[in-house]
Amino acid sequence: MPIPRRAASFVIAGLMAACCATAARADVNLYTTREPGLIKPLLDAFEDKTGVKVNTVFMKDGLAERVLAEGANSPADVLMMVDFGNLVDLKEKGVTQAISSAILDESIPSQLRDKDGHWFALSVRARVLYAAKDLDLKSFKYEQLSDPKWKGKVCIRSGQHPYNTALIADYIAHHGAEKAEAWLKGVKANLGRKAAGGDRDVAKDILGGICDIGIGNSYYVGLMRSPKAPPEQQEWGKAIKVVLPTFENGGTQVNVSGAAIAKNSPNKADAVKLLEYLVSDDEQAIYAKGNYEYPVKPGAKPDPLIAELGTLTPDKTPLAAIAAHRKEASQLVDKVGFDQ
Amino acid sequence: MTLALTATAGAPPWRARGSGWVAAVALIALLPAAPVASLALTSLQGSWESWPNLIRYVLPDAALQSVALLVGVGVFVAAVGCGAAWLVTAYEFPGRRALSWLLLLPLAIPTYVVAYAYLDLTHPLGPIQGAIRWMLGYHSPREFRLPDIRGMTGCILLLGLVLYPYVYLAVRATFLGQSGALVEAARTLGVSRSGVFWRVALPLARPAVALGVSLALMEALNDVGASEFLGVKTVTLSVYSTWVTRSDLPGAAQIALAMLILVVGLVAIERWGRRRQRFAAGARSARPFAARRLTGWKAAMALALGALPVLFGFALPAGHIANEAWKRLSFAGFSGPILSEIGNTVMVSAAATVIVVALGAVAAYAARLKPLGASKLLARVSTIGYAIPGTVVVIGLLAPIGAIDGAIASTGSMFGVATGLALVGSGAALTLAYAVRFLAIGVGGAEAGLARVPLTLDGAARTLGDGPGGAFLRVHLPLAKGSIAAAALLVFVDVMKELPATLLIRPLNFETLATHLYAEAARGTYEDGAIAALIIVAVGILPVILLSRIGEGVRRTSESSATLAKTR
Repeated sequence: MPIPRRAASFVIAGLMAACCATAARADVNLYTTREPGLIKPLLDAFEDKTGVKVNTVFMKDGLAERVLAEGANSPADVLMMVDFGNLVDLKEKGVTQAISSAILDESIPSQLRDKDGHWFALSVRARVLYAAKDLDLKSFKYEQLSDPKWKGKVCIRSGQHPYNTALIADYIAHHGAEKAEAWLKGVKANLGRKAAGGDRDVAKDILGGICDIGIGNSYYVGLMRSPKAPPEQQEWGKAIKVVLPTFENGGTQVNVSGAAIAKNSPNKADAVKLLEYLVSDDEQAIYAKGNYEYPVKPGAKPDPLIAELGTLTPDKTPLAAIAAHRKEASQLVDKVGFDQ
Repeated sequence: MTLALTATAGAPPWRARGSGWVAAVALIALLPAAPVASLALTSLQGSWESWPNLIRYVLPDAALQSVALLVGVGVFVAAVGCGAAWLVTAYEFPGRRALSWLLLLPLAIPTYVVAYAYLDLTHPLGPIQGAIRWMLGYHSPREFRLPDIRGMTGCILLLGLVLYPYVYLAVRATFLGQSGALVEAARTLGVSRSGVFWRVALPLARPAVALGVSLALMEALNDVGASEFLGVKTVTLSVYSTWVTRSDLPGAAQIALAMLILVVGLVAIERWGRRRQRFAAGARSARPFAARRLTGWKAAMALALGALPVLFGFALPAGHIANEAWKRLSFAGFSGPILSEIGNTVMVSAAATVIVVALGAVAAYAARLKPLGASKLLARVSTIGYAIPGTVVVIGLLAPIGAIDGAIASTGSMFGVATGLALVGSGAALTLAYAVRFLAIGVGGAEAGLARVPLTLDGAARTLGDGPGGAFLRVHLPLAKGSIAAAALLVFVDVMKELPATLLIRPLNFETLATHLYAEAARGTYEDGAIAALIIVAVGILPVILLSRIGEGVRRTSESSATLAKTR
C-alpha cells in the first residue's frame, strides 16, 4: 500500500521543516490570540525596519497551556493577547518573564503594564454604548443598563465573554458583588434577544429593530464606519450613535491588548525589540489608524472616526484590581442565568 | 460491535494466535487514552470548590439544555436520515439517483458556517424577512419582524439539518444491503409497503441507526460554534467558561470527564439493549429488493420531499456563502495566501485520513480475531476521542506531546542536534490530534465492513495457509474496502472542517482554510471568511460525491452484502 508511505513522508518532511525552522535564529516567534488580520501590518512594518522575520501562530483558547506543555524547548518569544485578565493569567501561570526596558516604561502609563514588567498593554479599547440613531441620549451610565425603561431593548454578547466579564468585574469593583448581582439581573431582564453573537451584531440588531441600545467595543465602530468596510457594515455603523458611558462614580471601562515575553524565549533580544517597536510612534499610529484602537502612548492620537466619539475618560480602577473580581463576575453571570 | 455475544462455545483454534494484534490494538487505544489520562491527572490537581456553584446555578440548566438539544437533534436526524434513506432505496422516481448523493452534501459545510449563514439569512435585515416585508408593504424592520432564531429550536433545526447525513449514510448502506428475500417474505405474509419499513427494514437497520445517531449526537454535544452563535448554553459551553473565563482548567477537566462518563454510559446502554440481537442473513441469498417505481404526482412528491433536507441543509446556506464570497471578491479581490491554505488543508487532511483509516482497520480486525478478549475492549476504548469536545481533547494531548517532544529534544542534545519541538513543530502533533479525535470513524467503518465478511471465510483463508495478517490483506481488506473507503472520506471531510485542535497545535506560520475562516470570524468580518468557507465547501463536495458512489457500488455489486452490518 503506497498510502502510508506518503503519510510517513509527510511526517518526515515535517520533521525536516522543524529542524530547519529552529535553525533560522534571526526570527522572532509570536504566539497570539489577536487575529492575524489585525496585527499583520504591525509585524510587516517591523520586518521592513529591522529585517527580523516574525513567525506567527494564531490561536484561540489554550495559548498558555501550549507554552507550558512545550516547556524549556518552546520556540515562543512573544505572547500576545487581548483582555488584561488573560495577561494577568499568563503571569500567574508562570509562562512569562520580567523585563526592564526604559522605552517600554516611558511609553506605557504605569496602570497599563504589570508592576513587575511581565506584561505590557499595547493598545486600549473602551466598552461603549451603541444606541439607535434617533434616540435622545447624550450621556449614559453603565448603571442605567438595568433601568426597566429599556425592557426588551438591550443587546449584548455572552456574559461569559472576557469583554463582558471585565465590565462586570469593574462593576463589582465599584459597587460590590451584591449590587452587581441586582444590576446584572436587571440587565438580563432587559435583553431583547439571547446574550450571544459578537459586538458588531449589536449594531446590526439595532438597525434590524431587535434592540435600541447595546454594549460593544469602541474599535468596531471605526471598523464598521471605515470606507474599507463592506457596504452593509457601513450601514450598521451609520445606524447607531455612540455614547461613551461611565460608572456613576468613575469613568469609562477600558480593556487592553498587550504582550509579554515568554519565559523560555530563545530570541529574547529581538523579542524585546519587537515590543519596543510596537509602542513607537509609527506602530502606535497603525494601532490607531488600522485597528481603530486607542494608542497607549501618551500623546498619540486616535483615528478621527474614534476621536469624534468623544473624549475618553478611562475608569481609574487599576486593571489588576478588576482582574481580581473576574472569577466572581463569571460566577455571577451563571448565577443570574444571564446567558440562558 | 455488540458486546459479549453468545459465541462462547469455544473459539476456533485459528483464532487463538495473534497476540501481536492485541499489542497493536493496545498501542492504538493508547492514543485516545493518553489525553483522557492526562485530563484525569489535571482534574485531580484542582480544588472542588467550584462544584457547589456549578451544581446550584449552572449544571442543572446546562444539563437540561444539553438533553433537550440531544433529544431534539436525535429525533430529527433519525427521522430525516432514515426517511430519506428509505425514500431513495425503496422507490424509483426521476431524480432519485441525483438525490441519493445530494442528500449527503450538508456534510461538506462546517456547522459554524451554516449557523452564520442562517443567522444572516433570517435576520430582520436579511433577504427572507426583507421579502416578507416587501410583500406585506412594510418599510422598516421596526414596523414588522419575525421572532429571532437564536434559541433552542433554531439550534436543534440547524444542527439536525447538518448532521442527518451521518444517519442517512449508515442506514442507506444497510437498506441497500438488505435481502430482497426478507422483504418479499414479509410482503407474502401480507405486510404493507410501509409495514415493511417499520417491521422489517428499520429493525434490521438498528445498529446503523444507532451508529449514525450516536455520531451525530456526539457532534452536536461537542459543537461550540453553532451553540455559541445561537446562544444555547450546553454543558460543553460550561466546560469552556470554567476553563477560559475562570482560568480553572482542573475544574473544566472535571466537568469534561463527568460528561465523558455519561456519554460512554449511554452508548454502553444502547449496546446492551441489543446485545442478544443478531443482524445477519444468509450469505448467499443476497439480492437487493426491487424498488417500487413511482409516477406522476407521487414521483413529484417524492422528489420534493427528498429535496427538502438538501435545500435547507445545503443549498440555502451554501448559496448564501457563495453570494457573500462573490460580493467580497468584487469588493476586495482574492487574497494570495488562500492557495497555500488549500494546500495545507488537503495535506493534513490526507495524512490524518491515512493514519485514522489504517489504525481503525487494525483495531477492528484485532477485535474480530479475539472477539471476547482484551482487543474488543481496547477497540472500544480507541473511539472515546470522539466523545470529548475537540479543544478538551487537545488540551489533554498537550502534556503527553510536550513530554515526548522534551524527550526527543534532550536525546538530540546529547548528540549535539537541535531538534526543536519535533512533534509540534512538524505538524505531526496536529495529525496525532486528528487521529485521536476521529479514530471512532475509522474503527466504526472498518468494523462495519468486516462484519459483512462471514466468519467462514476467515477459516477458509487460514486453512489455506494464510496467517492473520495475510488473511487480512488478501481476504478482509478487499471485501471491506467499501466501508473503509466511506470512513476515509468521512474522516477527510471532518478533518478539513475541524477547528479547535487545528487552532491550538499547528506549527508556526501554518494556516488552513478553517483557521483562516476562524480568524476572520473572530474579527467579526465573516464576509472576508466567506471565500475560505466556500472553498471548504467546494473541497468537501468532492469526497462527499465519492462517498455516495461507494453507496451505489454496494447496490450494484451486493454479492456479499446480505450479511448486514455488525454480524457479530
